Amino acid sequence: MDLTKLGVLETAKLIHEKKVSCEEVVKAYLKNIEARKSLNAVIEVFEDALSEAKKVDEKIKNNEPLKELEGVPMIIKDNILIKGKKAGCASKFMQNFVAPYDATVIKKLRDAGVIFLGRANMDEFAMGSSTEKSCYGICHNALDESRVPGGSSGGSASAVAANLACATLGSDTGGSIRQPASYNGVYGIKPTYGRVSRFGLIAFASSLDQIGPLTKNLEDSAKLLEIISGKDSNDMTSSKEKVEDFSKFDMKKTYKFGICDEVEEKIKNIVTKPVYDSIMKRLEEKGCEFVHFSIKDFNLCLPIYYVLSTAEATSNLGRFDGVKYTVRSANAKDVNEIYLKSRSEGFGEEVKRRILLGSYVLSSGYFDAYYNKAKKLQQRLTKQLTEVFNSCDAVLLPTTPNVAFKIGSKGDNPVDMYLEDIFTTIANITGVPAISIPCGKGENDLPLGLQVLTNKFEEKKLYSVASYIDALLKGENA
Amino acid sequence: MKDYEVTIGLEVHAELKTNTKCFCSCKNEFGGEPNTHCCPVCVGMPGALPVINKKAVELTIKAGLCMGCDINDIAVFERKNYFYPDLSKAYQISQLVRPICLHGGVKLDSGKFIRLNRIHLEEDAGKLVHKSETIGTLIDYNRGGVPLIEMVSEPDMSSPEEALEFLGKLRENLIYADIAECKMQEGGMRCDVNVSIREKGQKEYGTKVEMKNINSFKAVERAIKFEVERQKDILENGGTVRQETRRWDDVLGESSSMRSKEDSKDYRYFPDPDILAIEIPRENVEKIRKELPLLPAERKEKYMGEFGLSLYDTNLLLSEKVYSNFFDECVKLYNKPKSVVNWIQSQVLSLIKDEEEKEIKISASNLTKIIEMLEKKEISQQDSRTLFAKCWEEDIDAKEFAKSSGMLSTLSENELEKIMGEVISENPKACEDFKTTPDKVMPFFIGQVMKKTKGKANSEVVRKYFTEKLK
Repeated sequence: MDLTKLGVLETAKLIHEKKVSCEEVVKAYLKNIEARKSLNAVIEVFEDALSEAKKVDEKIKNNEPLKELEGVPMIIKDNILIKGKKAGCASKFMQNFVAPYDATVIKKLRDAGVIFLGRANMDEFAMGSSTEKSCYGICHNALDESRVPGGSSGGSASAVAANLACATLGSDTGGSIRQPASYNGVYGIKPTYGRVSRFGLIAFASSLDQIGPLTKNLEDSAKLLEIISGKDSNDMTSSKEKVEDFSKFDMKKTYKFGICDEVEEKIKNIVTKPVYDSIMKRLEEKGCEFVHFSIKDFNLCLPIYYVLSTAEATSNLGRFDGVKYTVRSANAKDVNEIYLKSRSEGFGEEVKRRILLGSYVLSSGYFDAYYNKAKKLQQRLTKQLTEVFNSCDAVLLPTTPNVAFKIGSKGDNPVDMYLEDIFTTIANITGVPAISIPCGKGENDLPLGLQVLTNKFEEKKLYSVASYIDALLKGENA
Repeated sequence: MKDYEVTIGLEVHAELKTNTKCFCSCKNEFGGEPNTHCCPVCVGMPGALPVINKKAVELTIKAGLCMGCDINDIAVFERKNYFYPDLSKAYQISQLVRPICLHGGVKLDSGKFIRLNRIHLEEDAGKLVHKSETIGTLIDYNRGGVPLIEMVSEPDMSSPEEALEFLGKLRENLIYADIAECKMQEGGMRCDVNVSIREKGQKEYGTKVEMKNINSFKAVERAIKFEVERQKDILENGGTVRQETRRWDDVLGESSSMRSKEDSKDYRYFPDPDILAIEIPRENVEKIRKELPLLPAERKEKYMGEFGLSLYDTNLLLSEKVYSNFFDECVKLYNKPKSVVNWIQSQVLSLIKDEEEKEIKISASNLTKIIEMLEKKEISQQDSRTLFAKCWEEDIDAKEFAKSSGMLSTLSENELEKIMGEVISENPKACEDFKTTPDKVMPFFIGQVMKKTKGKANSEVVRKYFTEKLK
């Protein structure tokens, strides 16, 4: 049996039932990581991974009570703080930084018995859709190494697909979990904004960021989300909404799906349309209903996203200044030079681009035209989308327009890259939860993803719908 | 020289008296080893998030109520973005568009009302410590994140005296309501001054100049006076005053330009997405209002009006919150304000007026008991002083001690009569002399009675008795 093909729940069961030792499991994953080094998905393998596994085996040997996911190994995106470990945000500016505290999600996973194998590659400061912009070098798609894994959680997605861990954690600000999940044929969810605490996540866009799991199956996803969710006194934006067992849903016989006219318009000529058409047809055959609706402001998603996220990012990244815990320029003669030179030398191009853009949209004279306007449009868009959920269970749309693109193919114009987010940003802007599930193959047999969206805090319904479609696609009967 | 009108506005910052900082649970305490009252939040570590200190919001509301402000029902926090090493996050969490308090003001003794524009809550920055050339500058983040209220006045003041009075009354209110300690020498209260002048009769205000680095009341006065003269000079010589920010140097007694309007920074304010808008329910505001203590202006009215104290005594009591609170406590227990203030003035203040920390070491209970016993003639003047000193030094009960030490012996009428009778029978010659020169002999009789009663007799009663008996 290939232990590395197993998911979170299966692995936990095997270990707890003493059918396999935690050390065996971890060794198998470490072997894979080494074997698939060329992916560059894992930027650091923790030295204590094996010793942590042995500790778990000791507990089991002594028949001590075990935590729910005791011994399950995960890899964590490089922007989530694990105490005592480096957290670099894939930036050479952050090479000296060692996390002085655990992110809340890490604490919760620890409390559930999870062990951490290492850090996953990402786009620098979570700004990117291809994980080509990392100080650790380009990350590769697990299924075709000539292609990107997507971004910014490219390493997290690639690692799951290549069986380098049971599951991983990523972060999603404009699609950074879902798009790479789609490109690698794995499951990735962006929870409702406020569902998961952001304390210990290096902030990109505070009002859009959420942490979420990338997994091999839906049950793992639901379980991990349940564990990391909940009100956190350290995060004023985290929600008091009750956290349930998201996998304990009652699956319906048929569902009502919402299809957005503007999305339809956008995909009418794309090469992957037949795949989505066939899915809709199969659902219809099962008796599901489709409701068509228009989101008037859909085409404003990208501009809204790039105005709001860059504005918040420019402020959040101010603290990286060469004065403390970042790499200070060797050529700085005074405070101003420390700032200017360290930041110029430390930040990558894309990060600088977004910092400048963010400063511009917040600047006096432009604030009203850009930031303020984007805020108002955000409210309007949110109203438009949440109203749709009154007449359907979930909204369906593709995760990405196409399969993973070739590395380097979107290099010339940054806006080409920004168009990757075209179907994903709406969930971040409106705060609703969204999951991407593998839904078929495109050219060269590469994976495609389908997004399911529900209203805020309806993750249980989300998993129910996702499972329904997932079962159908896998050929099982719901 | 022409006649000029002066216009002054003040921006005052005061550190709030909370246990912990504005957005984290680090200690809010002056001093301490550098960087020991710090955590990932106030040091601006990646991934750290602010959590609002409710007490800081309450104290801001309290300050607003003291100054008659309107309290907003929703308050928003904004990020003020700029780079400086003492600002760990490269932004200060402050308030702009929807501060907690708006309007309000302070009435001066002359009756003139100085309006406030707003009072808002924000966090303080750390401190830069400039060391040698080789070491450079070090940063201490202990003060970073300490809650501050910023109180902005309208440009209603027309003289340095008015500015000082306004500042003083603001400070008094904050101290009395236990909102801030306002120790200027510890940076507990800071003041920026805006000054402009215009020719008398001119409608438009002159160009406003902002002055910073003013660290004491005296410096406020000196800075304003200097600036007015500097601007007058410019205008008299046909020049125009530049709109700028100037740094006051109290040692040199002059100001120098820091930055002009053209160099002014764009702070790119926007609502902080880590802090959702704060709701301030009316019931909370009313609760705080109910718990407000009487402020100096109100106490002055009460002391002079209801209690009939003199202006001198009133000002003395109000010169320190400790005195006033102690006085109030005493009067609650023993409703003789004039007696109480006399004792506080003559006995209490003489002991502590030169101390830095004004600690009243006698309880209100003990002091009022002593005054009562004295006024009821249960103890003598001398004993009352001894008793006071004893209560100041030791933790005893005044009445108990008076009893056990024999100070307190109530003289019954019979006992007194008996003693007075003794004095008469023991001094036949004096009785004879009394018939002719009563005024000369009376003091002798009173003295004798006092000797026998250890000073406990009521001299009026004695006088009456002898007068009647020996007529």
